[in-house]
Amino acid sequence: MSNPKEAIKEKSMIIQKDMLAKLFTELSTAKENGKKVVYTFVPGNVTELILSFDMLPVYPEINALQSGMRKKSASYIRDAEKIGFSEDVCTYVKCDIGMMLNGNIGPTGEKMPEPDLLLLSYTGCFTFMKWFENLEKLYPNVPVAMLHTPYQEDGKITEDQITYMVKQMETDVIPKMEMVSGKKYDPERLSKMMVNSAKAEDLLVKVLESAKHVPSPIDAYFAGVYYIGPIFTAFRGTEEAVEYYTELWNEVQERMRLGLGPITPEGELREEKFRLVVEGPPNWTNFREFWKIFYDMGAVIVASSYTKVGGVYDLGFRHDPEHPLESLAKYCMGCYTNLNLPQRVNLLADYVTEYKADGFLINSIKSCNSFSAGQLMIMREIEQRLGVPVGFIESDLVDPRYFSYANIKNRLESYFQMLEQRKIILAQETSEAIA
Amino acid sequence: METINEITDKCSNLAFDLNFRYAKHWKSKNEYRVLVGYLPIYFPREIVHAMNGLAVGIFGAGDRKQIIRGDAYYQSYICHLPRGIIEMGLDGSLNEFDGFVFPATCDCIRNLSGMFKLAGKGNFQRYFDYPQNFNSKVGGIFYRQELDKVMEDIRKINRQHASIEDLNNSIRLFNINRRLIEEIYAIRQEFPWRLSALETYYILRAGMVIPVEEHNEMLEQVLDQLQKERGEPMDNIRVVINGSFCEQPPVGLIKSIEMAGCYIVDDDLLLGSRWTIGDIDDNTDDPLEAMVTAFLNQSTFSSSVYDVGNPKGARLVEQVHRRNADGVIFSAASFCDPALLDRPELQKACDAAGIPHINFQYHENTGQFKVIKEQAGTFSDSIKLWA
Repeated sequence: MSNPKEAIKEKSMIIQKDMLAKLFTELSTAKENGKKVVYTFVPGNVTELILSFDMLPVYPEINALQSGMRKKSASYIRDAEKIGFSEDVCTYVKCDIGMMLNGNIGPTGEKMPEPDLLLLSYTGCFTFMKWFENLEKLYPNVPVAMLHTPYQEDGKITEDQITYMVKQMETDVIPKMEMVSGKKYDPERLSKMMVNSAKAEDLLVKVLESAKHVPSPIDAYFAGVYYIGPIFTAFRGTEEAVEYYTELWNEVQERMRLGLGPITPEGELREEKFRLVVEGPPNWTNFREFWKIFYDMGAVIVASSYTKVGGVYDLGFRHDPEHPLESLAKYCMGCYTNLNLPQRVNLLADYVTEYKADGFLINSIKSCNSFSAGQLMIMREIEQRLGVPVGFIESDLVDPRYFSYANIKNRLESYFQMLEQRKIILAQETSEAIA
Repeated sequence: METINEITDKCSNLAFDLNFRYAKHWKSKNEYRVLVGYLPIYFPREIVHAMNGLAVGIFGAGDRKQIIRGDAYYQSYICHLPRGIIEMGLDGSLNEFDGFVFPATCDCIRNLSGMFKLAGKGNFQRYFDYPQNFNSKVGGIFYRQELDKVMEDIRKINRQHASIEDLNNSIRLFNINRRLIEEIYAIRQEFPWRLSALETYYILRAGMVIPVEEHNEMLEQVLDQLQKERGEPMDNIRVVINGSFCEQPPVGLIKSIEMAGCYIVDDDLLLGSRWTIGDIDDNTDDPLEAMVTAFLNQSTFSSSVYDVGNPKGARLVEQVHRRNADGVIFSAASFCDPALLDRPELQKACDAAGIPHINFQYHENTGQFKVIKEQAGTFSDSIKLWA
């Protein structure tokens, strides 16, 4: 097998790489520099609040996906299974537990600091709770704060739910942060950060919505996971994030002006043949191979649900400096996996229409019931409502045993043939109608 | 008075009537009556009872229904329970139900609530969230709002209001129900041969689909007869079953464990019927607040409730000691994240306490029990020989 080509890097990619490298270095030296560390989760995170106490966030699922991309997850998962974790359960959890069993060496090779606070932002994923119960046992003397995010079961966020979340922050989360950091809660500082959050969120939405342009200047799934990186994790609320998204938006605008397609690791996509909306997280262990299948077929993902797990900003939500805690509450409740199924269907159907997609594809993840349970019904609904061709493939987050390249490629090839055929038929119908 | 054999026969039919004919017949007698289907693990049935309703446990199709269309809604790596429920939804078995409650057990059940919404099944489809904050001024208020939502859903259908007396009465009836069940477990702790685990299971599961008043009568009759000797003591070990709280094992599995030489002296099968430990105040001006307080302070341990400050491992060990059990059988449904993610820590707690354990997984429609029987038999032998 030939070596993959050196990936093209734009300036924004280099900025992001530097940001992440700096963060991991900061984390690896946190203890010697007296920095406190908070373990928390991506969906429904309260990063600004953590940063406002000068603490550093660690996101276990980011470590897991990074381990997956760096081919370390298989052995971590095996180690977790050796101590009793079932083959059936979430591989993010097992990868994370396995990493800790192996000395907690992070994906960059640097040791991750042990947590000073475990902040369970329990949003849209039941497994998060189980994950933290396990972490709590691994770090028995570390205080735990729970932030329970009510589910949008009625398809809306209510005042009662906001009050519940704010009260949890005021009575549990913030006091524990004060205790751990030794600093007083500073609402003004938090508000200032939220100004930056909102700026970055505006820019991210512009970037993601640029995919409405034909041809799309971005891939909103494979490249999208890089675009969401800073804002979904440790950088929301910072100047750095605003700088990153400003640069990214400039690059995307330039690509649109020039009528260019997305940049991929294999090079620029020259001809956009298919536009797709994708539901579900990507596979991380074979990320590049997976992306290449789409590249080879000339397929661009113009919108995806996965890039909304840390906030569906395109629906209008922005962090509000005037009401910081209420705004954090709304943010947590607004994340994609906290939406009920009818909301998800509506959102995805709108994406197919607004982004002029040729088809709708689900990458169903074995590990993630929060996404996967109900996906087949989502698929039927989209097909019935819009009459677009739908496709379904299966893989996993970070367990390479569940990524079958040949199966996925076969299925996708058949799917793209179907899309191709449909395009021909639609073109014929259009020309007949004109004639 | 019916004999225990007659009662268990009747209960077995009630428990596994997947068309819920008894409940539907009950509803047909009065135009204001409502049927509210609920899923595992726990739902406070008192509020439905107080509003002239019957909360009916929908615990899956087990091995009693061939799943034809339900499988088309779920990938192979998702547990079996929701397939059977979708099948029942599609084949009309749930047609007379007025609404459905989906407790916050896991992501599958949560998303199933959305599937019922999309399908427009029933007049309401309510995801019932448990607070994971146990401060009465925070999580307590949230839980009360969750209770209010379900009551409002029912009110919209039958225009019934639950008075304080209604609620106190319902709480009292369910207090009696739990007390009677606990008494049966207490007798079985001493004399497990008098009522087999399977008979107990039938009797408890029937209680999920009939009015509590009738179930209480049944339990009293069973208790009365259990005072006398019944069956023959066997040279069995005593085990606690853990991990079967949601998707129920097929009855063949329960039978196999018993036949392999294990008395099941406690379990988390049908945990919802024994969720609250002790009584809820049934003589109060604010019965809903009493229910909230009980949820926050008297809930049993469960995979669906955050265990900070009161770890499940320690509570399982306490349960084993209280029941004088010899070991634990971790028996979880395949792909059950809550049970399977809890298992390593629970096993560790058992190891630390010197409690032997084994584990296996099942589907609700598992048909082969030979391996499980051998495993349980070996477990039993090893304890008898070397413990």
